[in-house]
Amino acid sequence: MKYDKLIFELSVPGRIGYTLAETGIDKVDLTKIYPDQLLRQEAPRLPEVGELDVVRHYTNVSKLNFGIETGFYPLGSCTMKYNPKINDEAASQPGFRNIHPLQDETTLQPLLKLYDDTAKMLSHIAGMDATSLNSFAGAHGELTGLMIMKAYHERRGDSKRTKMIIPDSAHGTNPASAAMLGYECVTIKSTPQGLVDIEALKAVLSEEVAGIMLTNPNTLGLFETDILEISRLVHGIGGLLYYDGANLNALLGVARPGDMGFDIMHMNLHKTFSTPHGGGGPGSGPVSVKGHLAHLLPHPRIVLKNDRYIIERDGDSIGQIGGFFGNFLVVVRAYAYLKSFGRELNAIGPLAVLNANYVKEKLRHAYHLPIDAHYMHEFVFNGLIDQSTGIKTLDIAKRLLDFGVHAPTIYFPLLFDQSIMVEPTEVESKATLDHFIDLMLRIAKEAIEEPDCVKLAPHFTPVGRLDEVKAARNPILNYRDYVKSI
Amino acid sequence: MAELRFSNTHEWVKVDGKEALVGISDYAQHSLGDVVFVDLPSVGDTFSAGDEFGAIESVKAASELNIPIGGKVIAVNDALLDHPETINKDPLNTWLIKIEVASPIDLSHLLTLEAYEKIAK
Amino acid sequence: MHRYLPHTSEEVSAMLASLRLRSIEDLFTHLPQQVRFHDAYTSDAPLSDGQIRDLMARSGGQVLVPFRGFGSYDHERPAIIDAIASRQEFLTSYTPYQPEVAQGTLQYIFEFQSIVCELTGLDVSNASMYDGATSAAEAMMMAVNVTGISRILVASDLLPHVIETIKTYAHFRGVAIDLISFTSDGQLDFNQLTELSKTPFAAFLVAYPNRYGIIADYQDIQQLVHQSGALLIAYADLLALSVFKQPASFGADICCGEAQSLGIPLSFGGPYVGYLATINKYVRKMPGRICGITLDNRGQRSYVLTLQAREQHIRREKANSNICSNQSLMALQATIYAVTLGKTGLRQVAISTISATRYLHEQLIKTQLFTQPFKQHFAFETTLDYVGPIIELNQRLIKRGYLGGMPLGEHRTVFYASEKMSKQTIDAFVNAIKECHDEIR
Repeated sequence: MKYDKLIFELSVPGRIGYTLAETGIDKVDLTKIYPDQLLRQEAPRLPEVGELDVVRHYTNVSKLNFGIETGFYPLGSCTMKYNPKINDEAASQPGFRNIHPLQDETTLQPLLKLYDDTAKMLSHIAGMDATSLNSFAGAHGELTGLMIMKAYHERRGDSKRTKMIIPDSAHGTNPASAAMLGYECVTIKSTPQGLVDIEALKAVLSEEVAGIMLTNPNTLGLFETDILEISRLVHGIGGLLYYDGANLNALLGVARPGDMGFDIMHMNLHKTFSTPHGGGGPGSGPVSVKGHLAHLLPHPRIVLKNDRYIIERDGDSIGQIGGFFGNFLVVVRAYAYLKSFGRELNAIGPLAVLNANYVKEKLRHAYHLPIDAHYMHEFVFNGLIDQSTGIKTLDIAKRLLDFGVHAPTIYFPLLFDQSIMVEPTEVESKATLDHFIDLMLRIAKEAIEEPDCVKLAPHFTPVGRLDEVKAARNPILNYRDYVKSI
Repeated sequence: MAELRFSNTHEWVKVDGKEALVGISDYAQHSLGDVVFVDLPSVGDTFSAGDEFGAIESVKAASELNIPIGGKVIAVNDALLDHPETINKDPLNTWLIKIEVASPIDLSHLLTLEAYEKIAK
Repeated sequence: MHRYLPHTSEEVSAMLASLRLRSIEDLFTHLPQQVRFHDAYTSDAPLSDGQIRDLMARSGGQVLVPFRGFGSYDHERPAIIDAIASRQEFLTSYTPYQPEVAQGTLQYIFEFQSIVCELTGLDVSNASMYDGATSAAEAMMMAVNVTGISRILVASDLLPHVIETIKTYAHFRGVAIDLISFTSDGQLDFNQLTELSKTPFAAFLVAYPNRYGIIADYQDIQQLVHQSGALLIAYADLLALSVFKQPASFGADICCGEAQSLGIPLSFGGPYVGYLATINKYVRKMPGRICGITLDNRGQRSYVLTLQAREQHIRREKANSNICSNQSLMALQATIYAVTLGKTGLRQVAISTISATRYLHEQLIKTQLFTQPFKQHFAFETTLDYVGPIIELNQRLIKRGYLGGMPLGEHRTVFYASEKMSKQTIDAFVNAIKECHDEIR
C-alpha cells in the first residue's frame, strides 16, 4: 500500500515542531495594540506536528516520486539531464543565500561579477549581444522577449504590427504569450517534412506582422534548414525573429541562434544548463537580444561601469518584470555548470544528437516514424506501427513506468495524434539507451501478444491510472473541502 | 431529427417557431472526451450568428461554443452544472441554451444532419 | 571526455556504425554551413568540484545583519527544510504530467494550496506563482478577464517593485492603471478613490501590510469597490495572516503576494514563491497549475493536476495565462516551514517579529534622532524619519556590518526586525546608529 497521509492528518493538539529563540524582548499582547477588527479571530488550522513527524512524512511522500536519479527520464523538449550536486552546494553558500536583494552595490561586487559573467557567457553561447537574467521561467522569458518586440515597434511609431506568426508545431506557451500581449496569432502549417512552409509563410507576411516565433530545432526535433531564408523574409517586411530556446541543447557546440538571424530569444537554465526542475520550478528563462534591442531589456540591470558593477534602475527599458533580479540561486547553479565544463561545453550538442538518432534508428521498425529525416536531439514517433490491438501512446507511456523509466513526452506536438517525443540528452550512456530500447521493443511486443498488460498499466507504481474526469468535474482543491466531501 | 441544423464549428440548432435550442454534435462530444464543465451565458444576453456564447471543457481540451444563428438567451440548461456528462450521453437531445431567435431567420449557411455527418469524420 | 558525459570513443564509434555514419560531423551535414559554429565557447579548462567550491567562496556578497525588509524578510529557517527539499525525488523531478510517478509533488502542492486557503480564508489557491510581484500582475489580468474591463486601480503604498511590475504587464496588455495616493496622514485617499471609481474598473489592488509596515482596515474600501462592480485584490503577507484578519473576511475576491517570509532565504531576491487564491466563483479563471484530489483505478486517494483545460498547453492563445511552471520546490519549502511551525508556531513567529520591530521602534525614538510620520498601526516594519541624511547613515552602518532601514528619500526609512534578533542585537544596532550619527555631525 502506498503511504497515504496528509500532514493535516498527523496533527495532535499541543504537539510542536519548533523552538523559538528566546530574545530577551517581551512578547506583545496583540489585543492591547491592535483593534479587534484588524485581528484574526481564530488561529489558522495548520497542523500541530513534531519535527520527526514532518521529516518522516515528507520522506515517505518523496518516495512516491520518480526523479532523474531514480532512472532514465527521456521527456522530449524538457532536457532532463543530470543536475550536478556541486551546483547545489555552490548555490547554498551564505554569500549568496543570505544576501538581501536591496543591499548596496558596494557590498556585492564579487556577486554582481558572477551574475554579469553568467549573462555574458550565455550571450556568447546564444550568439547575441546582451542577456537579462530577470525572468523566472521559460514562459516568463518568452513574455519578456515579446514585450521587447512590442516595445521595439512602439518606439518606431508603428502601431500596425498586430500579428504574430507561429508554426502549428509550436509549444502552447508561444500563442499564449503572444495573446497575453494582445497579438493576433497567425498559425502557419508545417510541410509534410515537418518544417516551416515557406510559401505559407510568404502568404501571411505583411507590414501587420510584428514577428515570428520559432524553435530551432523545432518541436519535432528537426532543424529548420531554411532558417536563413525565413530570417530574410521576416526582416524584409520589418518584422523580428523570436527564438524559443527550449531545444537549445541540440545546438551546444553546433550553432548559435544569433547567427541564424534571431533578434530576441529566451533560454531555459533548467533544461539546457542542468539546473534542477524542482517538480515544476524554480526555473530561469534568461532573455538575450541583439545589440540594437539591448536598451529594452528589463530593469533592474547589472552593468559594468568604470570597473565597478552597478545596479541600474533608470533609463530606457520595458520596465520591471518581477520583484528583483530573477531566480539568482538558479543562475548560480548554471554558472557553476558552465565553469565545470569549460571548453568541453562544445561536446554536449553532438552527443545529445547522437543519442537521439541512435535510439530512433533502433526503434523505428516497431514505432511509426512519420517523418523520415535527419533528427537533432529529439524525435517524434506517431504511436506503434502495428495498432491493430488498439494500444495507444498513453498505454505505452504508462507501461514504461512499470519498468522504472519515466515516459517520454506524449501527445505533443499536436501534429500527430499519437505523438511520443523522446529526448535522451547527452548524459545517458549507450547501456542506458540500449536498456530503454529493449523496454520499448518489449512493450511493442506486449501490445500485440498481451494487450491488456499494456492497456491496464501501470501495475507497479504507487498509484494506478487516475480519474481525471472526476477531479475536473468536482474539483476538491484543499484539505478543508476534502474533509467536507467525505 | 430532421429539424437539426449544424454549423461547421459542430454546434446544432433546432428552430421551433420564434424559439430555438442550441447544442453540440456527437462528433464534438466525442472529440472532447468526457465533458467536465460548461460555461454558459446569462439569460438576456444577445448574440449574432457565429458569436462565441460560452465554452465547453473536458480533461484534455477546451473549446469555445459558437452560436449558429443570432438571438437572445431566454433559458440556460442549469442541470449541466452538476451533470455535464449528459452532453456525452445524448448530445443531440441535450440543449445548452434556448434563444428567442432574431428575425429574419437564416439557416442557409447551416448543414442538415446528413450533410454534416459527411464532413464530420 | 567529461565526468557528466559517459561516452567512450568505442561507444561513439559503435553508435555511429549503427547509424551508418563515419563521424559525428555527419549528423550535421544537413545544416546550412553559414550557421555552423566551430569555435570553442571558451579556452578555459573544466573545473573540478574543489575548484568550483573555491571560486564560489570568492564570489559571494557581504552578509549583513538585516534591519531591512521591504519585500524580502529574514527569518529563522528550520534545518529540515533543506534536508527534505534537497531529496532528489523532489529536487530533480519534472512537472507532474505522469501523476502515477509524481504523487510526491502533487501531494505537497495540495498541502500548499490548503495552507494558502487557510491563511487567506479564500476558497481555492493555485500551486504557486513565480513571485509576489508577478502574482499581483496575474491577479490584475485575472480581474480584467473576469470583468472584461481593461482598467484597474492600484494603491500607491504597495511595494515599488510590485507597482513597477504591474505597470509593465498593464502597458503591454493595454490595461489602464490609476494610482490611488497615500496621504501624509498615513492612509489611502478615499476621496480620490471615490472619484476614480465612478468610471468602470476591474479591480482595486491594496497592500496588507503596506510598504511602510502599516496594516489597515479595508472594510469601507471593500464596500465602495464592490458597489462599483469591481473586484478587491489584497496583496498580503502570508505570515501576517497568521495573526491579522484574513482578506476573505474583509471581502477580498482575490488574494496574492509573496510567500518568501515562510522559510525561504533572502537569496539576493530569488527564487522566491508567489501565491494566488480566490473565491469559488473564479476558480476557472485562475492562472497557473492547480492540484486536486481524486481516486486511482485501485481505489486509492490520489492527487492530480486538474482544470488543465484553462492552461497554455491545451488552450494555447485562449489560455488564462502563459504560465507553464510554478515555483514548486519553493512551495515545498514554504509548506514544510508552515507545517513545522504549525498552528501555534506561525503566530509565535509573527508576534515575536512584531515585538522585535516594536522594541527597535521604541529604542530608536528614545535616541531622539527619529520621528514617526505615520500614526497608524504597524506590524513587521516601522517607518521613521531620521534627522540627518539617511543614505550616509546607511553607508556607515554597512562598515559596522549592518543593513540599515530602506531609504525613501532624504530622511525617511523603513526598519525591520525579525524574531531572530535578540535584545542585545537590537541594542547594539541602535548604539551603532548613535555612533554613526555622531560621526556624521
